[in-house]
Amino acid sequence: MATLFGSGIKRREDPRLITGQATYVDDVKLPGLAYAVFARSPYAHAKITRIDVSAARQAPGVIAVYTGADVKDRLVPVPCAWNVPNCDLKIPAHPLLAYDKVRYAGDAVAMVIAETRAQARDAVDLVDVDYEPLRATADPEQATQPGAARLHEEIPDNIGFTWVVSGGDAAAAFQHAEVAVSQRIVQQRLLPTAMEPRAAVAQYNRGSGQLTLWATSQNPHIHRFLCSVMLKLPEHRIRVIAPEVGGGFGSKIPAYPDEALVSFAAMELGIPVKWTEDRSENYKVTIHGRDHIEYVEMCGTRDGKITGIRTRVYAGLGAYASTAAPGIPTILHGLVYSGSYMIPNIHGTIYGVYTNGTPVDAYRGAGRPEAAYLIERLVDIFARKIGMDPIEVRRRNFIPKDKFPYTVATGLIYDSGNYEAALDKALGILDLKAFRAEQAKARKDGRYLGMGLVSYIEICGLGPSQVAGAVGFGGGLYDSAIVRVYPTGVVKVYIGASPHGQGEETTFAQIVASEFGYPVENVEIIHGDTDNTPQGWGTYGSRTTAVCGSAVKVAALRVKEKAKLLAAHLLEANEADLEWKDDAFRVKGSPDKAKGMAELALMANVAWNMPPGMEPGLEATAFFDPTNFVYPFGTHICTVEVDEQTGQVKILRYIAVDDCGPPINPMIVDGQIHGGVIQGIGEGLQEIAVYDEEAQLVTGTMMDYAVPKASQMPHIEVAHTITPSPVNPLGVKGCGEAGTIASAACLVNAVCDALAPLGITHIDKPLTPARVWAAIQKAKGATP
Amino acid sequence: MIPTSFDYVRAGSVREALGLLALGDGTKVIAGGHSLLPMMRFRLVQAPKLVDISRLEELRGVQEYKKGLRIGATTTYAELARHPLVRERCPVIAEVAADIADIQVRNRGTIGGSLAHADPASDMPAVMMALDAEFQLRSKKGGRRTARAREFFKGAFVTDMTEEELFTDILVPGMGRNAAVYVSFDSAASGYALAGVCASIGRKRATISDISVAVTGVAEVVFLAGALERMKDTKCDAAVLAAAAKEAVAGLEIAGDVHAPSSYRRHIAEVAIIRAVERAYQRAGA
Repeated sequence: MATLFGSGIKRREDPRLITGQATYVDDVKLPGLAYAVFARSPYAHAKITRIDVSAARQAPGVIAVYTGADVKDRLVPVPCAWNVPNCDLKIPAHPLLAYDKVRYAGDAVAMVIAETRAQARDAVDLVDVDYEPLRATADPEQATQPGAARLHEEIPDNIGFTWVVSGGDAAAAFQHAEVAVSQRIVQQRLLPTAMEPRAAVAQYNRGSGQLTLWATSQNPHIHRFLCSVMLKLPEHRIRVIAPEVGGGFGSKIPAYPDEALVSFAAMELGIPVKWTEDRSENYKVTIHGRDHIEYVEMCGTRDGKITGIRTRVYAGLGAYASTAAPGIPTILHGLVYSGSYMIPNIHGTIYGVYTNGTPVDAYRGAGRPEAAYLIERLVDIFARKIGMDPIEVRRRNFIPKDKFPYTVATGLIYDSGNYEAALDKALGILDLKAFRAEQAKARKDGRYLGMGLVSYIEICGLGPSQVAGAVGFGGGLYDSAIVRVYPTGVVKVYIGASPHGQGEETTFAQIVASEFGYPVENVEIIHGDTDNTPQGWGTYGSRTTAVCGSAVKVAALRVKEKAKLLAAHLLEANEADLEWKDDAFRVKGSPDKAKGMAELALMANVAWNMPPGMEPGLEATAFFDPTNFVYPFGTHICTVEVDEQTGQVKILRYIAVDDCGPPINPMIVDGQIHGGVIQGIGEGLQEIAVYDEEAQLVTGTMMDYAVPKASQMPHIEVAHTITPSPVNPLGVKGCGEAGTIASAACLVNAVCDALAPLGITHIDKPLTPARVWAAIQKAKGATP
Repeated sequence: MIPTSFDYVRAGSVREALGLLALGDGTKVIAGGHSLLPMMRFRLVQAPKLVDISRLEELRGVQEYKKGLRIGATTTYAELARHPLVRERCPVIAEVAADIADIQVRNRGTIGGSLAHADPASDMPAVMMALDAEFQLRSKKGGRRTARAREFFKGAFVTDMTEEELFTDILVPGMGRNAAVYVSFDSAASGYALAGVCASIGRKRATISDISVAVTGVAEVVFLAGALERMKDTKCDAAVLAAAAKEAVAGLEIAGDVHAPSSYRRHIAEVAIIRAVERAYQRAGA
């Protein structure tokens, strides 16, 4: 049988997902289920002077109404779990229900529980709150200015932290530089828009004292832990189940008030309670992403050597510090400022700023797309300034393939890489010469064609737990697997990670089936239930395959090791005389004397004839903690035509060459790249969360927030190079975020190349037709 | 996204629907529901009662009408897009219908519903105005009457219809020598037109003998761009066209929003006018 590892078999989870056979949280129906709907603040910033819920309590079907006053002494505020060290991080309390003040439009002030969802929704309109509106701002730079609205009394300038990354001597590098360029860059707020909004169902058994919480979670073990804190309930009394989860993109990592409040209501009332988010509620209260205002500089020599990079970043945190928020613009952003290059001098100052916006946290790529974007934009601007082909500038600064492991100025140690190979492969697919000729001809005809190129790196496969501790991450970053072989030889694998669309039910089964010489159908992957899976840290940060997949592999090897001893015993051979060949342990030289895994599983499980001292059963547990992060990389190229008349950007070709090590399932890897590229194109072309002067979200529905649609997206040409990582037994790197990290910058680089004849060097994303047209008008000296 | 409580009646006949509307109790008509239901879910509209006309066969379908078409109000976009008679006699309607929203919306959304709803960024009102279509309306008290498309749209979501009237049919005159083209630049989010232009042009050899141009998405209400009439008797001269397009939107009050500032909307309305006229001119000559 051909090895399954590396084969692009179809995703085994899909038939149930696409035929309506899957159970999402909102599909969970329990006897006597009641429904929660939240009353939320219409103001972005206001004092609460009075709350009257008496009319809501009298409304038809209403079972209970809770306000901040009811819960503030009984529940613990939402914890922030990333205490970034070496800075002045201030984490203000985030009450589960606001009671004295609301800090963003959507802050919950009351929870209504009723017999039906419609009754609860109707009663919300009867919650009577008097607000005294305060000045508000959702702009992270403005919020730091004197006189800005103050969100939290204890933080007068709204600056939640000032974090500095430094390597080499950037001040000296800039002082002595031959050339320096600078740019103000806005990396707009984005709405993660998972297909499934958040939802929670809580059931509490007063007899056993057990709480079961079905939740839309990327990391049920983390939610169990954080709910235990908020509810003051011991962890072993809580079972968190993440059934099918319809995407997350980071938005289902954090702890939110809602799930804890639903649990509280279920415990108080002794009946199960469900809450399901509306899409407009999702846009208002589920975390947002990005939101940086950056002042960035790059310096170097006239012959293209980059010598320094310097940044000052205002990173919006929103109204409260969400679970991982402080780590995103710092550890996951500032530390990767070297990109794919040898940049000896790096300095960045990151301000984490509280604003009257929805809390900001990890969104696909989380800090790394923002880093790749500013680096790759700067490289192009720098190249333009010195009159050198940006491809040549990249080549001159790449970390060469023979220098790995390589320590960059910020202290990270890159595991492996071959950046020039990926670049060359992408250029080969494009046919650079032909494109440049076409571009030159088009320019003569007054048409604007451009090519953008990005050579990114990513830090992912999060990560060594010791490092997690050192950078203040409030948890471990190992992961786990139990491989359990049944008497008939079939296998169940219980994993600590929590896939929610990424396809690990297929890829992890491929890992085990390849080891055991099985068809993939013999292996089932179980995840998402804290009562039957070992402690794990979840699915995010492109970590699941590199870390949890490695745990699966290690556990499978442990099972195989035991099986080999048993095989030797049953074959009356020395272990050393056995070899694994053609799906069985065989005696060297007598290949007919063989024992396959199925037979060994039966013998181990019945235990009729075990070697002396060997325990019955055939299963193993592994906790895998990597020795380093992994650093995927690649080169993306896109070509565009800009309609000078309308500002419309048409993508002509999009080429993605990514290196995530050996792909377990190439089709799934390509799918991840596709999805990531499309999200990045959305960010580059059309997605933006806009707040008005009163910090009201004006892009609060899909009528105004431009989620990419299939008809708007180009064909994506995907290719790979393969450079294994030395830090895990699979050699794999992550591929979940790669596409997003590369594509927004790639697109903006292409449009700026197209418009180079007009002298345009930068346009802030998203490159909507209106923005591009305005830039063209400005470049032509016209007032748009 | 839960609307307030409301009653629902499925009308068994047009007469029954008209009777319910005549009660004057705020009852709303529902067909495809693709405009009304979202507004109800947002609680922007709180209707006490809906009367569903979607299964009334007499309101559905396309027939020959003189040299043009009679289109029933509850005919869906999907039906229009693939209807042989529409494609033969008035291809621009099929083209526009095929490009509205996504396939789910096209399968449910109805042309009459869209026209009666009168969203100022809808595509079809501009097409109907350029083609000089007529709308047939009925009420219990007033019986039947015909309203010209060019006099029907009064403002954003405001039409010539009374609350008691039901939109029943669209009468599209024969195209004669004319050819029509619709050009729009759409919001990436909603798909609605930031500027949409339908141009209907007749030619005698190279000379324009007839021209009607309607503009949607830009102003408070869809409008007929009278300035383009000066293209008549010309050979579609580029400079004249550019000047006429500019004049068509000059002085117009155009609101900016999150998708585009008013300056951009004004500009692309000009571009859309120019492109629609040029293409209609070409098509009429083909």
